[in-house]
Amino acid sequence: MEKTILQESKYQKRKANKTNFIQGLKAGIPIGMGYFAVSFTLGITARNAGLTPWQAMVMSMALHASAGQFAAINVIAASAGFLEMAVTSFIVNLRYLLLSSSLSQKISSKTPFFHRFLMAFYVTDEIFGVSAARPGYVNPCFVYGAAIVAGPSWEIGTFLGASVGNILPISVANAMNVALYGMFLAIIIPPAKKDKFIAGIVVLSMFASYLFTVIPGINQISSGFQIIILTVLIAGAAALIRPVSDNSNEDPINQESNPEV
Amino acid sequence: MNQVYLYILVAMLTIYLIRMLPLTLIRKEIKNPFIKSFLYYVPYVTLAVMTFPAILSATGNSISAWAGFIAGVIIAYVDGNLFKVSLGACAVVFIVNLFV
Repeated sequence: MEKTILQESKYQKRKANKTNFIQGLKAGIPIGMGYFAVSFTLGITARNAGLTPWQAMVMSMALHASAGQFAAINVIAASAGFLEMAVTSFIVNLRYLLLSSSLSQKISSKTPFFHRFLMAFYVTDEIFGVSAARPGYVNPCFVYGAAIVAGPSWEIGTFLGASVGNILPISVANAMNVALYGMFLAIIIPPAKKDKFIAGIVVLSMFASYLFTVIPGINQISSGFQIIILTVLIAGAAALIRPVSDNSNEDPINQESNPEV
Repeated sequence: MNQVYLYILVAMLTIYLIRMLPLTLIRKEIKNPFIKSFLYYVPYVTLAVMTFPAILSATGNSISAWAGFIAGVIIAYVDGNLFKVSLGACAVVFIVNLFV
C-alpha cells in the first residue's frame, strides 16, 4: 500500500517535471530569439579583440552574461592581469547576487544542492525574469527547459558573429533587438495590472532609470551599478512602505502542482 | 592565445560564485519581513530598470523604438503571453522601421 502511494507520488513528480520542462522550453524561445540577435554583436566584438570563433563560443558557454562578456573581452584585448579579470567580472556581474538572492526565495527550501549548483549557471537576467514570473515555487526543470533553448542560441550566435559577422539583415536584427525588452515587459506588466502598487514601482523604476542616464555625474556610473543602486533603493523603499504578507508570494495550488524533483 | 582560456576560466569562476553562493547559502525561507519583501520586489525593479530607457536605443531609430516599447506595454497589458509580447514588439519595430 505504502509502496503504491510512493510510486504514485513519484509518477506525479515526474509528470510535473516534464510539464515544467516543456513550459521552460516555450519560455526559452523568445529569450533565444533575443539572445541570437545580441550575441552576433558580441561575436563581432570578440573577433575584433582577437578571439577565435571557438574561443568566443566557449566564453559564451562559460559565462552567459552579456555585459559581463563585453567587459571580459576588453580585459583580454588589453592583456590585463588575471586579477583584473576577476575584479572586473565581479563588479560588472554583481547584480546577479541580488537576482540569485531573490531567486533563492522562489525555489523550495527542499531543492537539493545539485539543482542549486546547476541552476546557478543559468541565472541570466532573462531566465531569472521568467523564473520570477512563475506562480509559486520554480521547478528547476523549468529553468533547464528555458536554458536548453536560450543557451545554444547565445552560444551559436556568438560563434557565427565571430566567424562570419552579422548574417541577419540589419532590419531584422534591429527588430529582434527588442525581443528581450518585450519579454521583460511581459513579465512586469501583468502583475502591475493586478496590483497598483507594483504598477507604481514599475513606472518609478523606469523614470528613475531614465534620470540616471541624463543627470550629469550619475550618468557616468556603469549600467551594472546603476541597476544595483536603483534596485536597492526602490525595492528597499517598497519593502518599507508595503511589506509583503506571509503568503503573497506563494500560491498553494501552484505549489502542489510544482512539487520538487 | 591559450591564455584566452585562462582568462575565461577566471571570469567563469567569478561569475559562477556570484550566482551560486546566494542559491546555496540561502536555503531557507527568509522570515525577516523587510528582507523577504525586498527580495520580492527585486525582479520588478530590476527588469523595469533594464528595459527603460535601454529599449529606446535598441533599434537604431528612436521612433521605432518608442513604437516597439508602447506596443510591448499594450500587448503585455492585454494578453501577457511572453511569446506574443516579444514577437509583437519585434514586428512593430520591423514595420515602423520600413517607413522611417
